[in-house]
Amino acid sequence: MTITAAELRERVAAFLATHDPATMDRMEFLRARYDAGLAWIRFPEGHGGLDAPQSLQPVVDEAFRDAGAPDNRARTNGIGLGMAAPTILAFGTEEQKRRFLRPLWTGEEIWCQLFSEPGAGSDLANVGTRAVRDGDEWVVGGQKVWTSGAHNARLAILVARTDPDVPKHAGLSYFLCDMTDPGVEVRPLRQITGEAEFNEVFLTDVRIPDAQRLGEVGEGWKIANATLNQERVSIGAGASARENGMIGTVARTWREHPELRTPELHDRLLRLWVDAEVARLSGLRLRQKLATGRPGPEGAGMKLTYARVNQQLTGLELELLGEDGLVYSDWTMVRPEVIDMTGRDAGYRYLRAKGNSIEGGTSEILRNVIAERVLGLPPEHRVDKDRPWKEVAR
Amino acid sequence: MSSDLDLLYSDVEDDLRSSVRDLLADRCDPTVVVGLYDGDRSLVDALWKPLAVDLGLTGLLVPEDQQGAGATAREAAVVLEELGRAVAPVPFLTSSVVATTLLLEADGDLLPRLATGERTAALVVPLNTAPHGPIPACSVDAAGRLTGVVSAVAGALEADELLVPARDADGTLSLHAVAAADVEVTPTVSLDMTRQLARIRLADAAGRPVLGDAEPSIRRALLAGAALLASEQLGIARWCLEETVAYLMQRHQFGRPLGGFQALKHRLADLSVGVESAAAAARYAAAAVAADDPDVPVAAALAQASCSDLAVTAAEEALQLHGGIGMTWEHPMHLYLKRAKADQIAFGTPGSHRARLAELVDLPGAGA
Repeated sequence: MTITAAELRERVAAFLATHDPATMDRMEFLRARYDAGLAWIRFPEGHGGLDAPQSLQPVVDEAFRDAGAPDNRARTNGIGLGMAAPTILAFGTEEQKRRFLRPLWTGEEIWCQLFSEPGAGSDLANVGTRAVRDGDEWVVGGQKVWTSGAHNARLAILVARTDPDVPKHAGLSYFLCDMTDPGVEVRPLRQITGEAEFNEVFLTDVRIPDAQRLGEVGEGWKIANATLNQERVSIGAGASARENGMIGTVARTWREHPELRTPELHDRLLRLWVDAEVARLSGLRLRQKLATGRPGPEGAGMKLTYARVNQQLTGLELELLGEDGLVYSDWTMVRPEVIDMTGRDAGYRYLRAKGNSIEGGTSEILRNVIAERVLGLPPEHRVDKDRPWKEVAR
Repeated sequence: MSSDLDLLYSDVEDDLRSSVRDLLADRCDPTVVVGLYDGDRSLVDALWKPLAVDLGLTGLLVPEDQQGAGATAREAAVVLEELGRAVAPVPFLTSSVVATTLLLEADGDLLPRLATGERTAALVVPLNTAPHGPIPACSVDAAGRLTGVVSAVAGALEADELLVPARDADGTLSLHAVAAADVEVTPTVSLDMTRQLARIRLADAAGRPVLGDAEPSIRRALLAGAALLASEQLGIARWCLEETVAYLMQRHQFGRPLGGFQALKHRLADLSVGVESAAAAARYAAAAVAADDPDVPVAAALAQASCSDLAVTAAEEALQLHGGIGMTWEHPMHLYLKRAKADQIAFGTPGSHRARLAELVDLPGAGA
């Protein structure tokens, strides 16, 4: 028997009757909400959920919002909620789920992702960061890059090489890394927008208990792919209401400034409105498909479209603005806590959107993914695939 | 704008799809379809009878108390996907969707006779008439006699009954039924001979009044046609994609299957994303019509603005990626290109649907 919306509202009401958000400490309230199974309801009982359909999550969120209850500031922990949590849920031990999921959801522990390296971008399986077993611990050394939020993060999902003697995909393992370890050094990485949303992370003799290994030794590639499929779905299928996201921002500017309109821009805007709305419906359709089961490679298509539409829209917006499109708000180097692609000014949006076709899998790699895993076309020639990792030139 | 509309396929819809697909696989081979271009139209009747009578597709949109199946636009859309996939030359869209939707609002015995497949009807307007555009009409005199010439009418060659929009001296638009046998129907050599058009000439033809103030009903029927045409276009695009993937796996050059070359893989990946997008737009349009959702005008315009172009892109990409074989009369690819291009213009071009969206979603043009 699945739970109904009405039953969920009753549960929230019963919870609120004994937990007054006006008087309770914010964090105590969030922890109690988690323990009541009213955090992420699709999660299992005992881990913040009720095994309820994801489609009913808005019912719960609205009921708490209407009661003036504090939320978990989801936007400050996007990697944690969107990527780390589903991966830990799928591959973690009971003990790992108990230890990590609650403070992740409440926002007490912010997460970041230590996957990409200077030598492992599109070829992520080429990760060279080494993890060497030392008793009950692993000793980790290497360099990670493009780590958003590393400066705020308490924990990280980490992919490292545990066996260089086997081909690259087989020698990786997946760890949950403590970012407060003295061997972790985080340096801001300034981008073309002027700010440093990302970081470089240097790992020197970082010690990770074996209890914080996720899955088996050598299973890192499989688990990292599960995480990345989650990422592409959450990147590509974020918006659910019409004109959410970049199209809404540009449409608003269009409506407010009749004096800026030209026939040529009008045609481009309408084409992009159609693309954005069809992408929204595709996201909706994908979520209906995924209602049961884990995301597969289909999310790659959503992400491809999202990147293209965002880039075209933000370029259009600058042209629409004309003289104002020549101005930039601020080049000062800051380290933002929250990434808002549609926030700030049009110049920022234009520059930031350029990353959309690179982050989370370049559009070129995603086309390979679709061609090979959706359409079943032959794989690219991979000369390193069957050779021990340490013997491949790099 | 409803986010709770189901954009997938139900089990019943899947079952319907497989019975239509089986029948078409059996009786609508491309080698026979191409005969339509050389003047052999025997396939039309040979296919339409079993689809109408054996599978009962003609009655899908008709309520059960009018001898129909009481199904919805969702099921009709699945049928259209399959008809597009097979470039089947049957008047399902023109008779069982557009004419049927129109007659749902009229009295008389024509609707049940369409439902059972005993009669076939067509709305007498050019195929490129958009639901939001001007409706070309004949004239009707006080005695109910119809006069006028309408070209590019789809479904007329297959129809026994023609539904003719006509204006009286006051300019009121009404709808009249005329027996096809009583008027001059001249076949047109059409770009797409799998939906061959005709020129209708009425000279004081005796019509039976069907609807008085008919404009809203005609627009609603054209809107349903536009919304569901997207599913036919989806079917065309899916066939083009699947056929091309299969061909590129089989064809070798430079000692490798062509499908292994990245330049080609990336084009197919983009096409695959386009087809999935079209599926979302087409399903949304069908679901909106089925639910009589207030968002139908947006859903239909959106589906036409996206699926029309996508089907043409799919056919053009498929042709290019097939290389020389795709240019031959022998290969069925040209049947799909011709259908896709004609479908792009049918029920209004994508540009006309974008202009309609500009009004519907408040994105006015320069100077507005």
